[in-house]
Formats: sequence, structure tokens, C-alpha cells
Amino acid sequence: MSMFLRSRTNNTLRHLFTHPLFSSSRFIGTLVVAEHEGGSLTAASLSSVAAANKFLSQDNSLSLLLAGSGPSLHDAAANAASCHPSVSQVLVADSDRFKHHLAEPWAKLIHLVQQKDEYSHIVTASSTFGKNILPRAAALLDVSPVTDVIEISDPKTFVRPIYAGNALCTLRYTGSDPCMLTIRTTSFPVAPASPDSKTGAAPIHQVDLSTFGEDGNSKFVKQTSQESERPDLGTARVVVTGGRALKSAENFKMIEKLAEKLGAAVGATRAAVDAGYVPNELQVGQTGKIVAPELYMAFGVSGAIQHIAGMRDSKVIVAVNKDADAPIFQVADYGLVGDLFEIIPELLEKLPEKK
Amino acid sequence: MKIMVAIKRVVDYAVKIRIKSDKSGVETKNVKMSMNPFCEIALEEALRIKESGFASEVVAVSMGPTQCVDTLRTSLAMGADRAIHVDAPSGSVLPLSVAKILKALVEVEKPGLLFLGKQAIDDDCNQTGQMVAGLLNWPQGTFASKVVLDKEKKVATVDREVDGGLETLCLDLPAVLTADLRLNQPRYATLPNIMKAKSKPIKKMTPEELKVEMRSDIEVIQVTEPPKREAGVIVSSVDELVDKLKNEARVI
Repeated sequence: MSMFLRSRTNNTLRHLFTHPLFSSSRFIGTLVVAEHEGGSLTAASLSSVAAANKFLSQDNSLSLLLAGSGPSLHDAAANAASCHPSVSQVLVADSDRFKHHLAEPWAKLIHLVQQKDEYSHIVTASSTFGKNILPRAAALLDVSPVTDVIEISDPKTFVRPIYAGNALCTLRYTGSDPCMLTIRTTSFPVAPASPDSKTGAAPIHQVDLSTFGEDGNSKFVKQTSQESERPDLGTARVVVTGGRALKSAENFKMIEKLAEKLGAAVGATRAAVDAGYVPNELQVGQTGKIVAPELYMAFGVSGAIQHIAGMRDSKVIVAVNKDADAPIFQVADYGLVGDLFEIIPELLEKLPEKK
Repeated sequence: MKIMVAIKRVVDYAVKIRIKSDKSGVETKNVKMSMNPFCEIALEEALRIKESGFASEVVAVSMGPTQCVDTLRTSLAMGADRAIHVDAPSGSVLPLSVAKILKALVEVEKPGLLFLGKQAIDDDCNQTGQMVAGLLNWPQGTFASKVVLDKEKKVATVDREVDGGLETLCLDLPAVLTADLRLNQPRYATLPNIMKAKSKPIKKMTPEELKVEMRSDIEVIQVTEPPKREAGVIVSSVDELVDKLKNEARVI
């Protein structure tokens, strides 16, 4: 009986979608809200595109929304148009008010685009950008967003970690369109572009901002970022992390040296950040960055629940700690009990040069 | 100026949670509950602003079952002047409903600043502050690690922890701020203050009184354990470790 009902609903829906009213006048589809940098989409945005592909069907197309100003926006739009064969259009909002990632104009922009195009899904990465703007936009649209999705089971059913990753919650979105998600980028790896996927770039459309109205009540002042030669923590293949046991910012340089040798990114525990050994943005954990590299090496890290939350999905975990009872050893594939001040120099000597 | 702080009662951060056998959720019976750590930081910041003479009153609000009163009592012991408890059935109250209740309370109380934690450590949503800011059409300063108020110009300068480093914004008041870990070190409530808190008022309200419909557009299907990692090995030397990484795991 229920099978029968379901198939009938599907037929009705299919009929609706192929109705002439809906076929050409608008997109029934998924909108990816993308970030760009230096004329290209960020790695996190490419992951959002990979996630959005889960919603694709005959009736569901994929649009990308980019905003900002200047030539780098238009370079990014051109790159975005051919970033994935499933991208069917790129929407560009060109205005100085989107130059910085202020939540107020961005949320308004999403609201504006949604009112015009009526997407079934709106997806963005669970970066600080996505976490800042998407819930605000969702409130304007009066829907509940779903944050930090790690699995898309069907177009309305998702899995997300709760309680610092100690439980996985499967939930169904039962509200009205759009269904809004931020996705955990480490769970949606970007497929390497195949050579023949470059055929045909999607059309680029300008978003009509004539009805945008007044500017918001917040102003960008400045950005302070750490310049680093090392790979980005969120996407690095290898991550080397130090904890409180490093004892000082000076000693932490050993971790940096090791990272350099491995071509790795540097991470830190909350304790190491709070003690001032490294800046905040290197913190791995429930409230910092979530990483899932091929190799995660933790030195002098005890393995608090909140830290494990940020690295438990790493492929291979190595832990070096003086305390044989440290909880980190329960998640480590390879553990070495000993003094990191002896072990790191030895590793530096014995590790092969990075490829 | 009045500051309103939203407080959530959650399973204590140090507790190792257990999943109910029927997979309907996480066991919260007979489990230590505490104020969400990010809410503590938000409250501490509000109290510091009041102590520096920028605010006249700090009002703590919480929504949820009756036991939330205990958490509000803690906030009064830390230094909040009074509290409001919005009685909602236990179980999941979605951030959108909380945001609507907060908006209704803001309209009653008219604070100049609404403070929240950046996320609750149980649902890990990181949504409520952004949503209430959207509903109120107030500017938002999320993941704040430093807040400086200018009373004359009626603006807040906020340092935000973003992926690449720090970002500084200037927000017109009234505004919504959400606290990151690095904003401050919350104080402990002293015994005299815990005693004093017993006589501070906690007003009880219902969503109906505030004309907020508790709608839910998310249905929890199941809550399960994350996949367990296979047991690892303890190696005895750096040589063995390098060998394993090279030849067994093949990651270097």
C-alpha cells in the first residue's frame, strides 16, 4: 500500500516538473553558495559542489552563486562555470557590499535569489563563512537549516555528528523548500577532474540587485591572517599536531620542522593555543577545525573528547605521548610511548624526505 | 543599556555520553548537566561589560524543561540580575524556535545587546545567534574573541575567529554577538553569591504567551554510535614507527 502511494506521489511530482510552466521559466534545482579566492573556487566550495551532486536528477539542476567585486570575481565565475560538468549555471552578484563576508548582505542575497528561483536545496560548506551566513538566510526564509552534514542518504535525509562526534544523528527534513545545509568538507571529497569534463562551460548570469535595498548595519574593519607556506590545515594530506606537552612556543617549532619535512600542515590542541604557542586558527577539535587527513600525528596530545572530535576520521593516526594511559592511544593506529623531546629529533633524522 | 544572554542547559562537557538502546537519542537521565560552556563565556562577557559601566542590567534567559531553572540560578550566582525561563517541553527544541522565542523576548525586554554562545555542545548546531539576528534584522558578530563597546557612537567593535585568522567588524547597536572560546575566562560563582542568587527573580513564561508557535521541520530518525576505530598497536621505537608508516600504512 505504502509503496503504491509513494510511486503515485512520484508520478505526480514528475508530471509537475515536466509541466510547461516549470520546464523553462525557472530552475528546479540546488543552489551552492560558493566562496572564491584569487580567481578560483575554494577547496571547501568544490566539496559543496560534490555534495550537491547527490541531489542531481533529471529534474534537478545545479546552480552556483558567487558574490564579490572586481576582476577576481569574474575569473572565479569563469572557472566555476567549468569546475564540474553538472554545474548548469553560475549566478554572479557583483557589488562592493559582498567584498567581505558580512552576514547581513550575504543572507539578504540568498533570500533574494531564493525568492526568484525557488531552489529545493541550498548548500554551502561548513566553513566559518558558511556557518555565519547560512543560518541567518534560513531564518529569513523561515526554515530550519541542517549544519555539518556528513552524509546525504536521500534528498531529505541526512547524517550529522552531535555531541562532539560521539553520536551520529540521522534526520529527515520535513519543512518547506528550500532545504538548507552546510556540509562537512572532509566528508565530500572532490573528484579529480577528468580531462574530458572540460567540455562546455555553464552560462553565467548576473543577479539583478536593483531591489536589494539599503545596506546593512555592519562594517568590515580589517582581517588579520597568518601567512604560511604550509598546506591548508583543512585539506592537507598530512597533519602534525602538538599539545600542551610542547611546553613553549619555542619548542613548538619542532612540530613545525617536522611538518616541513613531511609537507604537512600544523595543528594544535586547545591547550597549546590557550598557552599561546600558536595562533587560534590552528586548533583542531569540536570548536576548531575538523580534519581528516591520510596521516595525523599527535605529539604530546592527551586526547580529550573535544580534540578527538576534530580528527577521529583521519585515515592513520599516530600518537606520541609519555603517558601510556592517555586516551589518545585508544584511537591511534600506531602509538609510541616516550618523551617527544627525544622522539621528534629522532623522527626528523629518520623520516624520508617528502615526495 | 540592558544586555540579554541566552543560556542552554546541556550534558556536562566532560561526560562520556551513552546512546539510548532504542536509538531515539542520547541518555540524559541521571547524567550531570551544566551550563553550555559557550553560554558561560557569553554571560561572563555581559557581566564584564556591566562592571565596566556600559550596561545597567544583565538578563539571563533559557528555554526548555523545568530543570533549566537550575542553570538560570547558576547564571544569577555568577552575577546576572534576573532571569526568564521559557517553559518548553523537554526534547529537541530546534534553533529556529529558540530564535523566535528570543526575538519575542527582545521585543519585550528591549536589550541593546543580545549575547549567545557560538554553539551548544550537544546539538553542535551553531545556528541560533545567526537566526535571531536575521529575524531581528540586527547585525551579527559571530565567533567573537574580543568585544569593545563605544557607548557614545553606539557601536561594538568585534574580533571574530574565522578560518584564515581574525576578522574585525564594526556593528551598530543593537546587535547579536556569539562568544567563541577565546573571548574570556568565566568566573566561578562564590558561595555568598550563590546564596544571594536564591532571592533573585526568575520569571516563568510560555511560548504561547510570547505568541511563538513551536514548529518542528526536522524529524530525528535515529541516533547511533559512530563507527569504532580498530585497535591500534604500540610500537617500541622510532625505527619501528617509521617502518610501519612506510611499509604497512604506506602513508609516507
